[in-house]
Amino acid sequence: MLRPFVDDDGAPYFEYAAKGELRMQTCARCGEVLFPPRPMCPHCQSTEFEWKRMSGRGHIWSFAVPRPPLLPDYAAVAPYPVVVVELEEDRRLRLVGNLVAGADAEINSVDPATIEIGQPVRVVFRELEGLAVAAWTPDE
Amino acid sequence: MNPTPLKDRAAIVGIGQTEFAKHLEPSEKALACRAIAMALDDAGIAAREVDAFAAYTMEATDEVEVAKAVGAGDVTFFSRVGFGGGGSCATIGHLAMAIATGQAEVGVAWRSRKRGSGPRPWTDTVNQLPTPAQWTRPFGLLRPVDEIAVLARRHMYEYGLTREHLGNVAIACRNRANANPAAIMHERKLTMEDYLSARMISDPLCLFDNCLETDGALAVVMVSAERARDCKQQPVYVHAFGQGLPAQHHGMVNYWNDDPLAGPSWTAAKQLWKYSDFRPEDVDVAQIYDAFTPLIPLSLEGYGFCGKGEGGAFTEDGALELGGRLPINTSGGGLSEAYVHGFNLINEGVRQLRGTSSNQVAGASTCLVTAGEAVPTSAVLLRRD
Repeated sequence: MLRPFVDDDGAPYFEYAAKGELRMQTCARCGEVLFPPRPMCPHCQSTEFEWKRMSGRGHIWSFAVPRPPLLPDYAAVAPYPVVVVELEEDRRLRLVGNLVAGADAEINSVDPATIEIGQPVRVVFRELEGLAVAAWTPDE
Repeated sequence: MNPTPLKDRAAIVGIGQTEFAKHLEPSEKALACRAIAMALDDAGIAAREVDAFAAYTMEATDEVEVAKAVGAGDVTFFSRVGFGGGGSCATIGHLAMAIATGQAEVGVAWRSRKRGSGPRPWTDTVNQLPTPAQWTRPFGLLRPVDEIAVLARRHMYEYGLTREHLGNVAIACRNRANANPAAIMHERKLTMEDYLSARMISDPLCLFDNCLETDGALAVVMVSAERARDCKQQPVYVHAFGQGLPAQHHGMVNYWNDDPLAGPSWTAAKQLWKYSDFRPEDVDVAQIYDAFTPLIPLSLEGYGFCGKGEGGAFTEDGALELGGRLPINTSGGGLSEAYVHGFNLINEGVRQLRGTSSNQVAGASTCLVTAGEAVPTSAVLLRRD
């Protein structure tokens, strides 16, 4: 599997994920929550940031179900759903992630036929190539 | 200062292209030179007169190599445009601006690509991972088709886009390719039944929602409108040009703004129509970038051929076919002629206005050509006298 590339702007996201916390880059001056992380707030040009904790709840905005040809590690578990989740806090905060039956389950553990746009999900944290990342699980 | 619009001040007077195939023996550099030489021959202009070049940043053959091989003169303008297939029409627009402002007199734009026999860019796991790809690819949205599948499914949910609508796009392109001997899919028919039963590549998108993988090269030659009137070929004027990188846009993974389904075509269109004498309803034929079928409904909306969300319904009742409301991709496009990053759409736009297309739209006098929607993009409106 591909390991997420950790750049300067996104590093805190992964540090918090390792503690089981979903936190988003937030402008320390104007309070705007930003995703993906970036070096400057596009609203007030501040370069000072905090990392605001999110509820970890959201809804599925859309999803795709890739099938081969894929990189070998992904082909081995295809078809698997990849979801885009709108966070409860702000609909423009949409995280791409895997939808899994539980934190320890494989990325093909949820039957794509059962997935619906608008479906509520909650965050779980799983390991991807040694890095903690957010994933999603159905929230009934 | 009042701006002087680009309107009709530069014209395409030469086009050239190699054959298209899954595998061609010559190098990309050799193919580029052949296409450029053919375009110059078509224009009746000597290579030593070439003083401008424009290309995509993804173009692997550079100006130095091309200029010294084809025999260009002293070059005073050279420009590169980024974002993959979003740059196709911008190469034309940049040359037109250079010629209109006197920075150059004879411009060449080209694309040479061995995407048929060469590697798929998404298999490069080193260069494909940096920002912002770390937020999408590791979770399995590996390929452009996966990124577009997400937008397509959302369009289905919000506006009722159907697989049949996307099939209408694929079939219209295939029907045109069936009449174009240069098209890769010249001999292969495609029915709605074939389309609906094809294997999924990234659900909801199937095999026929994806463009071809092709080796080939194309080029155009451009001069001022004044000079064009004395050239061998009927001039095809660059009537209007627009580029688009919308505020808070995020590339093909444009999931992080108010409306991810309003892509860069909306921004490019605003600039394109700003100085145009024509409106969308005046366009006789369109060549719309089609790496994936959903880009057609998204572009139809962006360029104003229908309302927001109506791009799927627009494809009904044969609208995209010859004789329909807006015939598109009359050489077969990227889906069925050749996928050369959209440059074949430019050459086909020129043929339509010369009256030499193998799927000629009778009396066509305006043709919209667009670059890839969903990435920072560009478009040109071409016209003839």
